[in-house]
Amino acid sequence: MAGLDKRVASYDEALAGLTDNMTIMVGGFGLCGIPEGLIAQMVKMKIKGLTAISNNAGVDDFGLGLLLKQHQISTMISSYVGENATFEQQMLSGELNVILTPQGTLAEKIRAGGAGIPAFFTATGYGTPVAEGKETREIDGRHYVLEPALHADFALVRAWKADTMGNLVFRKTAANFNPMMATAGKITVVEAEHIVAPGELDPDHIHTSGIYVDRIIQGTFEKRIEQRTVKA
Amino acid sequence: MALSREQIAQRVAQELRDGYYVNLGIGIPTLVANYIPDGMQVMLQSENGLLGMGEFPTEETIDADLINAGKQTVTAIAGASFFSSAESFAMIRGGHVDLTVLGAFEVDVAGSIASWMIPGKLIKGMGGAMDLVAGADNIIVTMMHADKKGNSKLLPQCELPLTGFGCIKMVLTDLALVAIKDGAFHLLERAPGVSVEEIKSKTAGKLIVPEHVPEMQF
Repeated sequence: MAGLDKRVASYDEALAGLTDNMTIMVGGFGLCGIPEGLIAQMVKMKIKGLTAISNNAGVDDFGLGLLLKQHQISTMISSYVGENATFEQQMLSGELNVILTPQGTLAEKIRAGGAGIPAFFTATGYGTPVAEGKETREIDGRHYVLEPALHADFALVRAWKADTMGNLVFRKTAANFNPMMATAGKITVVEAEHIVAPGELDPDHIHTSGIYVDRIIQGTFEKRIEQRTVKA
Repeated sequence: MALSREQIAQRVAQELRDGYYVNLGIGIPTLVANYIPDGMQVMLQSENGLLGMGEFPTEETIDADLINAGKQTVTAIAGASFFSSAESFAMIRGGHVDLTVLGAFEVDVAGSIASWMIPGKLIKGMGGAMDLVAGADNIIVTMMHADKKGNSKLLPQCELPLTGFGCIKMVLTDLALVAIKDGAFHLLERAPGVSVEEIKSKTAGKLIVPEHVPEMQF
């Protein structure tokens, strides 16, 4: 690496420093927009005891399901974890600690983490199991729950285009949690479909500025579809 | 006759207004999209980051990067936009969505809703449901009025863990359209051929019945 050129040449380099018991954020909604090669690298590294912050847990043989199968995750912070039998079995046996978090609250906790906001009040979850043990406050006649921000040792992000300085553009609904997660990692690693030279991305069209990004690797993606639906 | 899934969706569609931004939940609510009246412009919001959801794609136009909140491949209409999950829930939590339609296991006379968790069974998570019920002012809950044994799902107090507390004002079941206010259910309409007596017998929470209860029109 030189100056602001954040490209790395290998997946080993991309995840150097990621060790047991760290907290990771992994972008994606279902299997859409997940950093496939970085997940595969974590399987290869055999790191264990991870706390994984990700909206979903993948399916049995793809996405974060691959890490679950190898018993590498000890805590999951997610909003929806259906469609995964490995997950179910590890949760019921108590091996896996699961912190279910409303999707919008999860997104905002990550956004807050990246923006230096330690916690925020939200009406979401008030009066439900999600609010148990949390501070609540009445503001202008409405009840709110205090939700702390989330941070991670590593944020693993998938982008459509990255320039070598780490400016990012996401594609369609593959953006989802990726833009916030890019801001909330101590080390943010981007797996991009295309890497271009600085100046090739229109500064007006950049979704995430390079300041948040530490490493960029060129990925190749299977882009598996979870629910293939077509017009009759 | 109790309403079919399609009829429930059709009746909900009558609540759409030209220019509405609408979030449709998974299941019956999704079917509402099939009954948007001709000539009416409605933008469908999908909380994974799409405003302006279109129909399913063809084999030729299918795109793994373009899905809805049910993880189905979809298309985007002209005028659509994409955004992050944080931005999506800013729209929802900030009250910018005009109508939200979602399913439930139970509702009660205080307007609380239970829709995400049955203790002892596999818990899959709440997804965006808690944010949607807390953020929207105009919500229609679509659900069965009673279970297969005839046990009411319109209760004095929800028995299952809540999705939201005191946030539901309108419920459409297979038997009736019901408003919730002042600690009671208020019967507004009945499904064609369904008697007020049947609705009363299948509503466990306090039910206010006006003198005349019109049948739903389709």
